[in-house]
Amino acid sequence: MSKIALRVNGRAHTVDVDPTTPLLYVLSDDLELRGPKFGCGLGLCGACTVIVKGRAVRSCVTPVSTMEGAEITTLEGLGTIEKPHPIQRAFIDAQAAQCGFCLSGVILTAKAFLDQNPRATEPQIRQAMSGVLCRCFTHNRMYDAIKKYAQEKRS
Amino acid sequence: MSGELSRRDFLKQSGGLVVSFSLAPLARLEPSRDGVVQRGGGAPRSQIDSKQLDSWNGIGADGRVTAHSGKCELGQGMHTAQVQLIAEELAVPIDRVKLIMCDTSISPDQGTTSGSQSHPANFNHENLALACATAREALVGLAAARLGVPPDQLTVTDGMVAAKNDASKKVAYGELVGGKKFSLALNPNAKRRDPRSWKVLGTSVPRVDLPAVVTGQMEFVQNVRAPGMVHGCVVRPPAVGATLLSVDESSVQGMPGVIKVVVRKNFVGVVAEKPWQAIQAASRLKATWTPASLPRQAEFYDYVRKQPSRDELLVDSRDVDETLSRAATVVKATYRHPYQMHGSLGSSCAVADVQSDRATVWSSTQSAYPTRNGVAMLLGLPPERVRVVFTRGSGCYGLNGADTVSYDAALLSQAAGRPVRVQLSRKDEMAFENYGQPYVIEQRVGLDRDGNIVAWDHESWSATLGNRPGYDTPGNVITGTLAGFQPAAFAPRTPAPPPSGRFDNGSNAAPSYVAGCVGGACGGTGSVKSERVLTHAIRGPFFTGPLRSPSRLQNTFAHESVLDEIAARLNVDPVEYRLRHLRDPRLIDVVKAAAKAANWQSRPSPRRGTGATANGRGMACVLYEGDNGYCALVADVDVDRNSGRIAVKRFVVAQDCGPISSPDGMKNQIEGGVLQGMSRAVGEEVTWDDTKVTSVDWRTYRSLTMGADMPSIESVLINRTEGEAMGAGETAITLVAAAIGNAVFDATGARLREVPFTAERVKAVLGSLKEGGSGKSEV
Repeated sequence: MSKIALRVNGRAHTVDVDPTTPLLYVLSDDLELRGPKFGCGLGLCGACTVIVKGRAVRSCVTPVSTMEGAEITTLEGLGTIEKPHPIQRAFIDAQAAQCGFCLSGVILTAKAFLDQNPRATEPQIRQAMSGVLCRCFTHNRMYDAIKKYAQEKRS
Repeated sequence: MSGELSRRDFLKQSGGLVVSFSLAPLARLEPSRDGVVQRGGGAPRSQIDSKQLDSWNGIGADGRVTAHSGKCELGQGMHTAQVQLIAEELAVPIDRVKLIMCDTSISPDQGTTSGSQSHPANFNHENLALACATAREALVGLAAARLGVPPDQLTVTDGMVAAKNDASKKVAYGELVGGKKFSLALNPNAKRRDPRSWKVLGTSVPRVDLPAVVTGQMEFVQNVRAPGMVHGCVVRPPAVGATLLSVDESSVQGMPGVIKVVVRKNFVGVVAEKPWQAIQAASRLKATWTPASLPRQAEFYDYVRKQPSRDELLVDSRDVDETLSRAATVVKATYRHPYQMHGSLGSSCAVADVQSDRATVWSSTQSAYPTRNGVAMLLGLPPERVRVVFTRGSGCYGLNGADTVSYDAALLSQAAGRPVRVQLSRKDEMAFENYGQPYVIEQRVGLDRDGNIVAWDHESWSATLGNRPGYDTPGNVITGTLAGFQPAAFAPRTPAPPPSGRFDNGSNAAPSYVAGCVGGACGGTGSVKSERVLTHAIRGPFFTGPLRSPSRLQNTFAHESVLDEIAARLNVDPVEYRLRHLRDPRLIDVVKAAAKAANWQSRPSPRRGTGATANGRGMACVLYEGDNGYCALVADVDVDRNSGRIAVKRFVVAQDCGPISSPDGMKNQIEGGVLQGMSRAVGEEVTWDDTKVTSVDWRTYRSLTMGADMPSIESVLINRTEGEAMGAGETAITLVAAAIGNAVFDATGARLREVPFTAERVKAVLGSLKEGGSGKSEV
């Protein structure tokens, strides 16, 4: 066990864990966050995605020790029910979810990519999303929401 | 409002009602009404009397409505749809309704939320809808007495009862019953509000739970944390059927956080302080098993046909062989459909708190009460001492790992004496879930000289093992079997007895084009009177269970494909050919509506185009389960002749499920259904080797990702306000494999008779065409 300092959604935390523990378990168990979720534990589906230094990171395959001091943003770190982030607003407006289990992967991967590539074309966005799964297959509505967010960013 | 109800404060909500959860009185195991004494968890009994209004609805002093339902939110929008129903019938705003779903301490027992049954059960004239209508009429009656105005002179709006002619005479619901019980039975004569005057139901109310889900606030079962909770991880055998030889507990001795190794018959698990510690210990634990032996996958469809089977005849006019022998032409074709999995995005998870005389399980099971009884059997507790609290999970699409992991958590918590959370690994979710059944289906269809169908002979073989556990068969899923319970017994039966009772289309085993005549009454949707539908169920090597459109999808793939094969042989347009043999007007209407919206051009298939990319269109239609949702689908596809790759460009769906609760909610289900159906049709197949399942992650079980090009989807909704509410979640997916297969044939002349339509398989069929081989059906 070792003490590791994390910054999550703007708040500082110190956890005392096995340093090889994947970040996801620390976020969902030690910090009781609900955004990042366990989907596969293999980095193949996206459900555990968080944003670190502007990039989408699969927290289920990221040892917590490599995150010391990094600023981590989870789905609940973007906005609130009362004041959702624009990309979350776009998903609500488009009713772009069914079970919603995939949303950390879908929303945070799209956000991180579009924030870095605001002029990305649709094929480029799809390429960026190619490792993300939604098994309810709400794809078309999700792309409507993602494109709306991209448009808002550009204008 | 987060759209959820914390389990900590579920008892102190504002709603008046609330049948309290009491652990005190222990009901004895008594004979049920049919005189059978139920064993262990067996009886489907609830302390909540579903005939009583207070079991469904309560009105608080503040006028808020608290409602209880046994149909739960699985991602399909059932929370919002039920809130709409309650708001409509009781004339209250949406935000004054609180709905609690599937908590066995307070919800009526409505069995399982599945099978497109939530609308039929709760939106017609019984259960929740009837409770709401009963409550509204009771409120009007109370107001009539209070205001001195006859009930027919009163109207309800916005949580108030008011005199139609005197606005000053009014009273709020809260003043009428606030905090008190109705103490009334459901009134079977209570009138539903007329769908033509609906203001809330029938409109596209945004999902009430979505803001919490989208902002990561929603409590999923994965997020449940009980005081003192620790973490469990199961150790599964290498394959279904392997039995435990030994466990070497010393292999995990001294590992950090390990609390206990649990062994019960063939069930093995580890409990540790932290989830990562439990996972590491489970992977380190030395357990040895007997080897398992599986039938070879390459020969599996032949294997299935050679096993002892349980046979059933759904319809048999007893003249089929003779009619076929006289037919001008007999078209024969064999279709194959593999095992497919639910493949929930989230591995299943549950939290159990088992004490010596009681247990609570937080579970995303679709079957709160049956799971309660199954857990009770596993733990040796009376079912009344077990509470199952439905807590939403990852979309399940049928029986995923939610039930089995609930058993896992209960067994580990009982052994550890502490609340235990179990989250399955991806491999344990995928290798041991209850797959959708594989099928081999033979069609023999006789035609007269004018090309009319005169006889239809359908024969299928499918592999099964286990199922939903129901109230008394925990052995129907892996954990129950490992812990010593048996799956539902399998009793071969050949030949099948003659059909009796009323016609049942048997999970759409009967095609839409037959008359469906049993005992002189015809319940089918078609006109073909010489008909035989014979099914063979065999015992397969893997657990099976309902997967979205269970068996209906496989059967419909075969029916709607062979129909097109016949139309192509006759050089007739496939939509026209369908209409020639259908007689149900609503099914005819959806076929016409889909064709019109898709701008269907009447011509025979195939198109015989040239060029590297071939384009084609295909149609399929169904009356789901013979009585539960009309749907027709047109697929427009491109096929790359060089690679065999199929790209679906557009889906057009026409659907009639009676009165529509939420147009946008229905569209969302249609869209998800067709795309999930497309993923299943083009790529999904469970694979195995001689000893184990090899589809254990998203590399070895191929789902279409967010990177895939998706077709546009157009939904034509036919709103029948005068009809019964039917299910809408499984209709469109039922048609996708057939519509795509028909479109590929239209584009290329290549007939796909085996799902999935992988590029390699399409290429092989295209190749056989070039060699003059059969894209054609056998004659």
